[in-house]
Formats: sequence, C-alpha cells, structure tokens
Amino acid sequence: MSVPIRLQPDETFILNVGPQHPATHGVLRVKMEMDGEYIVSAETVIGYIHRMHEKMGEIKTYPQFYMNLSRMDYLGALGYSHGHVLLIEKAAGIEVPERAEYIRAITVELNRIASHLFWFGAFVMDLGGFSPLMYALQDREYILDMLERITGSRLTYSYYRFGGLYNDIDDQFIESVKKFIPRMRKSLKKYHKLVTGNIIFRKRLEGNAILSKETCRKYGASSAVARGSGINYDVRRNEPYSVYPEFNFDIPVYHECDSMARYKVRMDEIEQSLRIIEQGIAKLPDGPIMPKKAPKIIKPPKGDYYQAVETARGNFGIRLVSDGTKNPYRLKLRSPTYSNMHLFDETCTGLLIMDALAFMGSLDLVIPEIDR
Amino acid sequence: MVTYFSEIISGLWSLVLGLSVTFVEFIRPNVTVQYPYEKLEMPERFRGHIQLIGDEEGRPNCIVCMMCQRACPSGCISLSGKKEEGQKKKTLNSYILDFTTCSLCGSCVESCNFNALEYSKEYNLASTRKEDFIIDLLKRLEEQNS
Repeated sequence: MSVPIRLQPDETFILNVGPQHPATHGVLRVKMEMDGEYIVSAETVIGYIHRMHEKMGEIKTYPQFYMNLSRMDYLGALGYSHGHVLLIEKAAGIEVPERAEYIRAITVELNRIASHLFWFGAFVMDLGGFSPLMYALQDREYILDMLERITGSRLTYSYYRFGGLYNDIDDQFIESVKKFIPRMRKSLKKYHKLVTGNIIFRKRLEGNAILSKETCRKYGASSAVARGSGINYDVRRNEPYSVYPEFNFDIPVYHECDSMARYKVRMDEIEQSLRIIEQGIAKLPDGPIMPKKAPKIIKPPKGDYYQAVETARGNFGIRLVSDGTKNPYRLKLRSPTYSNMHLFDETCTGLLIMDALAFMGSLDLVIPEIDR
Repeated sequence: MVTYFSEIISGLWSLVLGLSVTFVEFIRPNVTVQYPYEKLEMPERFRGHIQLIGDEEGRPNCIVCMMCQRACPSGCISLSGKKEEGQKKKTLNSYILDFTTCSLCGSCVESCNFNALEYSKEYNLASTRKEDFIIDLLKRLEEQNS
C-alpha cells in the first residue's frame, strides 16, 4: 500500500507546468517551486521548438529566407514579413511603390486584429470562459477568409516581396474590408458586454501581477505589456516606418500595471487598427505594386542594417550584417515575446498559481516566436 | 455596507448581461460548415502543392531549366530531362516533389518563366505513410489528361 507523501510545514516542492500544457499555449516549460498553492520562485525553460531561424538566415539567400519569417509567429505572420522586407529594401536600396506600402499597412493591421482576437479568446479560456473563444474565432475567420482570398494562405502568408507585393488586392477585398469594419466594432461592443464587465473576470485581473515601469524597461518589454504599465512606446509612433506617419491613430496606454490594463490595451488596439484600416482604404492610391526595376538577385552592399516594426506582439527588430554576397553574414532576430516572457520569472513570485497563469495569458506568448 | 451590496447587485447584473449575449448567439443560425458532407470552394489564389501545366497535347510546358529547383529554399524539387534528337528543347523525364519538406512558399512558381508550374487546389493530404508525400508530378499530369 502506498503511503501519501507528507510535506514538512516549511517544505516546498517543484511543479512542472509544461512543456505540454494547455495554459502555456505551446511547448514552454515553467519550473515552479511551490509553497502550497503559492509560487516561491519560477523559471521558464525554453528551447523545445528551436528551429535555428537565425542560422538558416545565414545559409539561405534573401528571398529563400523570407518565408521563414511567417513561421516565427503563426498568429501575426504579416508583421514579421513586413519587418524583413523593409530591412532588405533599406539595405539594397529598393524603392517601394506607395500603393504597395498602403496595402501592406492594411493587411498588417488586419492580421494584428486577427492575432488579438485569438489572444482574447485564448486568454478568456485560460480563465475558464469558453464561449468568448468561439465568438472571437468567428470574427477572426472573417479576416482569415479575406486574407486567404488575396494571399492564397490562411496563416503563413508570404505575401510581400522585396520591392512590393506578390498580388494586388481587388475590389471584392476592399468591399469585404469595408463590411468588416462595422461588424468588428459591433463585435467589440459585444465582447465588452460579455467579458470586460464580467465581475468574475474583473475580480481575477484587477490588481493581479503588478508590473512596474522599471521591470518592463529592465527586460525590454514592449507591446501591451509595456503600454499597460504606463510606458507610451509604440514603434509605429516612436520610430515611424512604412506609411504609418500618414495615419491618425492613438496609442492606448494604461497606468494600472495589472493584467486588466494589459487586456484593455489590446482591446483598444483593435479599435485603433480598425481606424488605420479605414484611413488606409480611403487613401489607397492607384499605381503599380512592384517597382519597374526590381532586382532579381538581392545583394545588399556591405554594412550593418537594422529595422524595427511593431508586430501584434510588440517590438520586433531584425538586424542584418551584410558582406555584399547573396547570403547575409549574420541575421539577428529580436523577438518581442522573448523579452516579454522573461518578466514572468520575477513577477510571479508570491502569486497563487491560477493568478500566475492568468498573468501568463495576459503576456500573449507565442512559443515558436520565442524559440525561433 | 452600501458598497458591499451595490457590488453584489452590479456583479450579478454583469453576469446577466453576459448571459444575454450568449442567449442571443444561441438562437442565431449556424456559421460552421459540416466538413465531410459540405465542402468549401478554395479561392483562386489558394496555394496548394505545385503541379505541372501541360500544353494542348498534354505535354508539360517545362523545358528543364532547373530554375525552380534552384529557387526552392528546402530543396524539395528534383527534376531531370534530356534532349531528344532533332528537338531544340529538353523534354522532361521526371519531376518529383518531396512534399514532406515543402513549405508552400511559392518560390518555384514565381521563378518559372515558361508557365510550367501552378498551385493545385489540393488540401486533403493526410496520410500515415511518408511515401504518399513524394509526389510524381509528371504522373499526376498524365492522370489529369486521361
């Protein structure tokens, strides 16, 4: 007969969350030292789906590596592709037609909404509510259908090219986007009614996992994690790229520093993205989508280049050291979730385990992007 | 004391509001497709695995220039051809696509200058055998023609 293990009053035990656990949304392992239900210390262990994207960047040519960027973050793939094409265009001196840049901005924002919708559903599901996920996926499906029609793929789009785009958008796409905007606004109201006001939801998130400004700065956090802690930082505004300076939009910032603030930032960002799409569609110029003289073989001159973009998950930076050949000498990918995740170890000390998992949900982790 | 009770009432009201949303959704029509019985049409630009394009007589347009093989980031295309006597162009002998490593990026289709490759609309590709994903595109073209 087995005897149950009895812990001494001051004894702690180790709890492994993951690598296969629904709350971690992927293959992330969290090693937690527990005192009863309270966390004494936690350590995130990563590397379970490391695919050597940076090394692949060195051995492949520029166009061959391009499609890898979509595989980094499967929820907001277009933002990452955008960073890569902008960098190579900057390095190789390729001029992009204005229409292509506008279409890029529109599609990136659509993708950002899709990513935030999925996060919203999964986050509420982490807290125990199932139906919001279904409603969020229904709206996300609408976006995926639109993007599938023009890009040919639902998640790993590979839609941009160095210098422009693969395909032009058509009137049907513009019509569907115009229909989507009021529909999404209506849905947002529904989400706020269903989730944001919910007393259980609020009680669990308000005051949960306070992240100070200093901690965010120390770890280099970005996106809603930093903006929920009162840091007004958005690459689209602070280091403008593409056609973003032409658009009129706000950066939602909350000063409560808790999980609820991070939630509110993302929900407000959906509205701001809708605004950008609206303006983009209204301003969309006519013209070509690829430059007349797009180089077939990309050979950026020797040098060091950097481009940062604001993806759905935050500040994505990509650095290229070129030696003037067809392959990069070094390609460094700075992924936002990597920085955001490392806050977890420090912040979750002393939290109840279910609060820690709610906190983890509010960070919006995508594991392939951490491991890359 | 007053805040305590008002919080209870407002909290309960928030739950009722949430339930009203789910109730409205409950009586709305279905949005899902019953997959094996109903199937969705794939959009025109859908990127399935590649296939060869044939001319009017059913021969492949491919002239074995090897551009697709060189463009492929994962090295999943292997093709061979030879020059028949009395002909200017090479004819295709075999075109094998190793779909296990293909990531559907479309570099091959874009690199082709002879209108010889296109995307198929195939998406039902589940199998338990690895060999099922080594696709002989020349054979596929012949089957399509017959």
